[in-house]
Amino acid sequence: MIEVDIGTTLGGFALDARFTAPASGITALFGRSGAGKTSIVNALAGLLTPARGRIVVRNEILFDAKRRINLPPEKRRLGYIFQEGRLFPHYSVKGNLLYGAKRADTAAFDRIVALLGLGNLLRRRPGDLSGGEKQRVAIGRAILAEPQLLLMDEPLAALDAARKEEILPFIAALRDAIDIPVVYVSHAMEEVVRLADRLVLVDGGKVAASGTVEALTSRLDLRPLTGRFEAGAVIRTVLRGHDKDYGLSELAFPGGRLRVPYVNQPLGTPLRIRIHARDVVLATAPPSGLSIRNAFAGKVVEISPDKGPLVDLRLDIGTAAEPVMLWVRITQRALADLRLQVGSPVHALVKTVALERPSPGGGRGLAEAHEAY
Amino acid sequence: MLMLTPVETAALLLSLRVALAGTVFSLPVALLVAWLLARRRFVGQQLLNGVVHLPLVLPPVVVGFVLLVLFGRHGPIGAWLYDTFGFTVAFTWKGAALASAVMGFPLMARAMRLSLETVDRRLEAAARTLGASRARVFWTITLPLMSPGILTGAILGFARSIGEFGATITFVSNIPGETQTLPLALYAFTQVPGGDPAAWRLCVIAVVVAMAALLASEVIARRLDRRIGGVS
Repeated sequence: MIEVDIGTTLGGFALDARFTAPASGITALFGRSGAGKTSIVNALAGLLTPARGRIVVRNEILFDAKRRINLPPEKRRLGYIFQEGRLFPHYSVKGNLLYGAKRADTAAFDRIVALLGLGNLLRRRPGDLSGGEKQRVAIGRAILAEPQLLLMDEPLAALDAARKEEILPFIAALRDAIDIPVVYVSHAMEEVVRLADRLVLVDGGKVAASGTVEALTSRLDLRPLTGRFEAGAVIRTVLRGHDKDYGLSELAFPGGRLRVPYVNQPLGTPLRIRIHARDVVLATAPPSGLSIRNAFAGKVVEISPDKGPLVDLRLDIGTAAEPVMLWVRITQRALADLRLQVGSPVHALVKTVALERPSPGGGRGLAEAHEAY
Repeated sequence: MLMLTPVETAALLLSLRVALAGTVFSLPVALLVAWLLARRRFVGQQLLNGVVHLPLVLPPVVVGFVLLVLFGRHGPIGAWLYDTFGFTVAFTWKGAALASAVMGFPLMARAMRLSLETVDRRLEAAARTLGASRARVFWTITLPLMSPGILTGAILGFARSIGEFGATITFVSNIPGETQTLPLALYAFTQVPGGDPAAWRLCVIAVVVAMAALLASEVIARRLDRRIGGVS
């Protein structure tokens, strides 16, 4: 477990953060710029000393204000990947990679170098590297120090879109290949959905909510924090069937089966998908004569109290035992015409499915999954 | 012309020895002072800053006189040194080195402090998250990154030492072979009738030494810059 309960003031900004997260998988700290995400990570790393509270990682007390425990950064064994890389300019790439390595383990070194594609860069200087290359070296350097937890502070923020796509698969590969828990700071929901298992929403120096990505993204009350424009629900599915004739695959979830373009993965692979609210259509009667193949019966669970022309509805298309939340965005006019209320039975028609990522342990294949929109 | 007279050789070698000794011994002290001024906050910091810079603004004769009073055979520090270690700096080349070290100290400490202030502390933080102790961070990150400043400081201190006159002549007098450095020898020649040609020769030697030091520092500075990634 990672337990954080800290408070401090930083030049007029009050930080008062409390959350726990499992010491496995990727936990995203998500929030706007200036919400206090980096301060939380710095406190974890020991680069910032909070005024009160405690920090425990895997049963080791890193910080406890009451008991006057405050391990220095070098004793915490937390790898930190900074937004700007922070490579040492006077060391070669190889020197940077080995700076924190505790033992001369050439096998581990070769493995990380191969995993991050750094083989051709080893003799170069950080000044000669591109932004994406620098970040890959920074990731390798942190991992080779054998940390018990990796902290990533917006590792992609300083990169352009193409470079981001260059790094994202590496982070996903790390998650699958190396069993180090990660705390990932981001203000981009697409990164979070693609990488993270759990989400900690940070707002104004406080933790607004924490839980699984699926649970938090399906809550209407958190929409101002999770982002309205890109609003969408995340659903866990399992790959259940292939229809080679039509080039389709079937993903099963507790409320039914979704047909999506062919996914090149073995049957049984857990897959996480994201359905945007704007890609769902509502009907009050079972649809017929439509091109949309993915239709699911459910009921309205919640209606957002928005005043604008658009309104978001939360639907449950799962079973009584296992609810599955879906969002749909319709106009106020449609809401009135269809006389929809909480509890109304509806049919949800899904236009497009974004395959975000295989669930943890689901193997590689992210690129293929993405082609199959 | 290329052959140096014994007096010139003695003065040149003495100058180099005095300047080198003064530089080498004040380097670690200047580094410590630079670190205190750049990285710590403490009561009396401005006072320390002022004291360090004093030799820069005081007439060198004042510095020489104060050294004479403190380090003379009967001065408080000088007497203690003699009684405890049987060691005296008064009227010896060691005294000349001390005088030139004190005069060069402000330049040296200042250059080091400025370069220390430009060292990116975020890199030091990154090194600590990688498991490096404060000491290892200092040796492997801070010191290499401020090496151009250390070099500049050393050069400035050395140059100031080579040229030192006022404090030296006041403190350790002008004894040929013991405390008569290049400038002092040059001064001595200007004080005797017909000494001008000899004074000119010493001028040329001084210029050659200065140029050689400047060129050497330039070459080293470029190497260091390349090493720490300043030039890619």
